[in-house]
Amino acid sequence: MTTAPVKEATHDERAAGCGQDELLEIALGPHHPSTHGVFRMDVVLDGERVVKLKPVFGYLHRNHEKIAESASYLASMPYTDRLDYICSLTNNWAYALAVEKLAGLQVPERAEYIRVITAELTRLVNHTATIGFLTQEMGASGTPLMYAFREREKILDLFESLTGSRMMCNYMRFGGCRVELPAGWLEQTKKVVEEFPRFLDEYEQLLTGNEIFMARAQGVGILKKDLAIDAGVTGPMLRASGVNYDIRKVDKYGIYDRFDFKIPLGEHGDVYDRYMVRMLEMRESLKILHQALRDLPQGPLMDPKAKIRGFRPKPGEAYGRIEAPKGELGFYLISDGSPNPYRYRVRPPSLINLTVLEDMCRGYSIADTIVIFGTVDIVLGEVDR
Amino acid sequence: MLGEGILKGLAETARNFFGSFVSKERLTTVQFPEERLPQPEAARNFPFLVYDGDDSQAGLRCVACQICEKECPPKCIFIQKSSDKKPDYIGKQQFYPAVFNIDVSVCMSCQICVEVCPFDAIEMDNAFELSTTDRFRGLLWSREQLAKPNSYFHNIHPATAAEVDERLAEAKARAEAKAKPTVAASTTSQPDSQTTTS
Repeated sequence: MTTAPVKEATHDERAAGCGQDELLEIALGPHHPSTHGVFRMDVVLDGERVVKLKPVFGYLHRNHEKIAESASYLASMPYTDRLDYICSLTNNWAYALAVEKLAGLQVPERAEYIRVITAELTRLVNHTATIGFLTQEMGASGTPLMYAFREREKILDLFESLTGSRMMCNYMRFGGCRVELPAGWLEQTKKVVEEFPRFLDEYEQLLTGNEIFMARAQGVGILKKDLAIDAGVTGPMLRASGVNYDIRKVDKYGIYDRFDFKIPLGEHGDVYDRYMVRMLEMRESLKILHQALRDLPQGPLMDPKAKIRGFRPKPGEAYGRIEAPKGELGFYLISDGSPNPYRYRVRPPSLINLTVLEDMCRGYSIADTIVIFGTVDIVLGEVDR
Repeated sequence: MLGEGILKGLAETARNFFGSFVSKERLTTVQFPEERLPQPEAARNFPFLVYDGDDSQAGLRCVACQICEKECPPKCIFIQKSSDKKPDYIGKQQFYPAVFNIDVSVCMSCQICVEVCPFDAIEMDNAFELSTTDRFRGLLWSREQLAKPNSYFHNIHPATAAEVDERLAEAKARAEAKAKPTVAASTTSQPDSQTTTS
């Protein structure tokens, strides 16, 4: 029996057929150097254009919320460091704020100032790291990232001498802060704050006017204002789309009503705007730091009513939110009067900002997807919890 | 002009590159095993147990109250209370830990045990070169490995150690003043065991 010979398609024919009506589904990640951790994008491609993009996460799920429900209030504090591990101090603050609302604790003035100083330093750390990684993803391998990390290191040294740890600070407590500033810390901080603008100028010289950077960033990954509001996007991403919303101004939590600073806004909502908003935000953070370091009062660090052992807030619920470097970070707590919370919920900015990824990436190439993803600025510890 | 931005950026990198030859400030790295930066005083890594005097086991401040075991977020501490008692630094009869283990592969260096300890018995160490070839026994530290003298504590955290010593001396003086009028009664009526906390 003979069969008719099957005609093998030649290379040219196959190449011609590819990309016409054939879609290719690939997995970008979870072990991709650009994914900031373990994150997978299920991408459907037409040639090199993205048709569909499905974010897949959960690889780093650690059961944070459930663990918190069976641990004491204090025991969850070090775990909040591990949510967004680049900015542990703002995580501490958001959680402390929620518990303080729940238990009715008053934070002394000096502790409020120290919280503002550490939180704004954290913002500098986060934005330098984000922009450094962004350039890395555009193909500027190493140099701008190393410049960014050089500056970040100076601030991490400050964190280490204050809290004992560079990244897992575990510094704030319900009703204040844990330890007093060590000797010489203020002078050191003032020096870092004085010198930081020089780095920003250098960085802008390097990137802001760079033609390759502009070609890769301008008009790429546009997030429309309406969509940003509808999807609940917060933080620099929302402000880059032109929405004037910053919880430091809206809620005026802590003592943010005392400082004079502006909210930088974007116009187009593209990658370049998101970069620029972060750059300008760092300059505003430096303004706040100057004022806070100047006005830092003397006084106690902890509310005398605060207890470290046997802490049991009365039954009730509270939601504490702050403007973390990545967006609105909130903690929702329900207390039933026992030593551990009845319900503990985190509202992570990273996860919610990530939901618009597909809308931003559709129609762009793979290389642009990586860059767009970089400007969303996520940390997987917070996305997966 | 097209390319102007790139040239400006390249000038910046060149300044950084050549600057590292002349300016110490631009040379930010150190060659680690040979060169070492001093650790800040607050640096913390894993906990250790403080003892007073010369005997590392009899002098332990720990009274096996198990608060740290209960409060430890990742539950890396295991304590077994002794069946008999021994005198502590005030001379009061107290329990001691028959077994005190810390699994440092689980510990996350949060120092909550230090904060909740009413007896200042557990403190944070700053030693960090702790690699071992045995990942089970080598990372489960027993009471003997954890015990370190008060002088060591003074060495690594001078300010905190001085504060703790002051507090303990004060508590001791108070206990002695209380005990003096009725020496016979002090053995029968136990004063509040948490005098050191306030």
